[in-house]
Amino acid sequence: MFDNSGWESERMTDSPFVEVEGLHYSRGETAIFRGVDMAIPRGRITAIMGPSGTGKTTLLKLIGGQLVPDAGRVRIAGEDVHALSRKALFKLRRRMGMLFQSGALFSDLDVYENVAFPLRVHTDLPESMIRDLVLLKLQAVGLRGARELTPAELSGGMARRVALARAIALDPELVLYDEPFVGQDPISMGVLVQLIRRLNEALGLTAVVVSHDIKETLSIADYVYVIADGRVMARGAPDELDVDRDPRVRQFVHGEADGPVPFHYPARDFHADLLGAGGPR
Amino acid sequence: MIERIVRLGRWGCETLESLGDAGIFLVQSMFGVPSAEGFRLWLRQVHFVGVMSLAIVLVSGLFIGMVLALQGYTILVDFGAEDALGQMVALSLLRELAPVVAALLFAGRAGSALTAEIGLMKATEQLTSMEMIGVDPLRRVVAPRLWAGFVALPLLTIGFGVVGVWGGQLVGVQWLGVFEGSYWGNMQASVDFIADVGNGLLKSLVFALVVTWIAVYQGYALVPTSEGISRATTRTVVYASLAVLGLDFVLTAVMFGGLS
Amino acid sequence: MKRSKTMELGVGLFMLAGILGLVFLGLRVSGLSLERPESSFELEANFANIGGLKPRARITMAGVTVGRVQSIELDTDWYDAHVIMELDGSLEDTLPEDSTAAILTSGLLGEQYIGLSVGGAPETLGEGDRIRDTQSALVLEELIQQFVSNMAKE
Repeated sequence: MFDNSGWESERMTDSPFVEVEGLHYSRGETAIFRGVDMAIPRGRITAIMGPSGTGKTTLLKLIGGQLVPDAGRVRIAGEDVHALSRKALFKLRRRMGMLFQSGALFSDLDVYENVAFPLRVHTDLPESMIRDLVLLKLQAVGLRGARELTPAELSGGMARRVALARAIALDPELVLYDEPFVGQDPISMGVLVQLIRRLNEALGLTAVVVSHDIKETLSIADYVYVIADGRVMARGAPDELDVDRDPRVRQFVHGEADGPVPFHYPARDFHADLLGAGGPR
Repeated sequence: MIERIVRLGRWGCETLESLGDAGIFLVQSMFGVPSAEGFRLWLRQVHFVGVMSLAIVLVSGLFIGMVLALQGYTILVDFGAEDALGQMVALSLLRELAPVVAALLFAGRAGSALTAEIGLMKATEQLTSMEMIGVDPLRRVVAPRLWAGFVALPLLTIGFGVVGVWGGQLVGVQWLGVFEGSYWGNMQASVDFIADVGNGLLKSLVFALVVTWIAVYQGYALVPTSEGISRATTRTVVYASLAVLGLDFVLTAVMFGGLS
Repeated sequence: MKRSKTMELGVGLFMLAGILGLVFLGLRVSGLSLERPESSFELEANFANIGGLKPRARITMAGVTVGRVQSIELDTDWYDAHVIMELDGSLEDTLPEDSTAAILTSGLLGEQYIGLSVGGAPETLGEGDRIRDTQSALVLEELIQQFVSNMAKE
């Protein structure tokens, strides 16, 4: 870390870029994570999958330092995210990009200014250089022609592509994708899948994809973690993922309606409920 | 019984805690390094909360000045003291009505809009994504709005006062026939620049701080759902109005209550 | 870009209007004058009773405002009211020494002010001098009391 050659060698080795150790987190009374360990390798696409409500987005927020875990550590490039000062954390975040489920484009800026935003706040580049970079990023997501539209005029898929262009504007080392495929039609889903893979290949960036779209995610991921019930239930490369060992993972991957993850929300016995043993409701 | 006391205690602690949060929030957002970019953002917010509120404030000021003159005249004429109309209109406007009514209008017009805007930014994850880009939303989103409110409301208050005095003149002098010289003359003899205009402006500075603070904090701390936004907007108007009226009493007691 | 220009213009006009409004409140409403009186001088006077006279009350001569009351305090030597008046500098060393000051009321219910009337002595009043001949404010209760006791005598 102290001299350049050391940093180079760190880059060359396959040491994990993001390490999660013994992560515990609970919201109110409910424990969301009960000891999660992960190692996210540099320059690869790592997928984190699991049923809705298992806290995948929460995990991304923990990695991004927006939430503080009850116990455990998250290290990015060797730095403990939650031990950093506010200032250092913001500095670290310049090396990350995050794609939000909703796109989260700034509604008071147009597409061009949205993509230019990180460049303007973090660099002192001249306007012509910013313009070149913005057009380059917009070209990469195929929306160079839409630069003058406002976020309200974009379709959901386009908004997400603009958000992706913004997330990679500063050429981050790590991009976190929060449910990139959710609610997209098959065409824009295909576009996004291709984009994520191409960005990873072209820029060599580390990607974390949180998703429950199995087919798409498995098609681009180099490594997969399946989380359920606050723990990592399965891990491995997509083709060797042992999906059948754990019934919960099997249910999730095969999309069975009922199983260890119950179809019914916990309730009283149906017959007793119908016969009106309880109150008016 | 003990249960009640426990609940009261918990309520007290929570209230104190949220007040403390709001205080930290205020300090963190107000004191940032000024920059050219910040100035541009601030300008845009002054436009939004100030210029856009100008019409409603001025029209209200005009009507209130006119009503004051009309009401004052009917009372003063009984004592043959209608020459004191200018004095009455100017003092009640500058000391009381301009700061208070402008602040109430500001809370309804600009405060609720600020809450809704920031709340919507929170609900659509814009604040979170800003944080992830490495920009502090307190500095970028909250600070310009706070400072804009702080500057805009006193200016609106001045506008309210001027238009009100003019409206009073319109009714008193043009319509009811009070001698113009005594309208302005009595006004000038009794209004003191520091004690009346200055204290009125001081009031409006305090109101500006409180109203924008409440509006921005409610937006920043709301539950990001559509119901949460509508509740927070209502809360902004209610809390801000109550705070303005309550603080007005305290400030009036200190400034004009003869305590000094 | 064009939109932001008009916005900036709007904000600029808004702030300019605010400053102009403040100037209006200063000059027209509270009667500050831009040129400060180049000079002024002070006179003192003791009154047995000032009634409702307040600091900043007007001082007039033949109905023309020539100054303001600067301060009022109790004179503990004589237990009467010690009033310091600030008068227009052009009157310095022109008022006769035996001029009188009276506390008058404008209208039946109006504010109280000090009216000066000129005497005939050759010596004049300068900075810090005292007007000896003063006339107190009329207090309504005292008037009524006098009236009632006069009635009783008859």
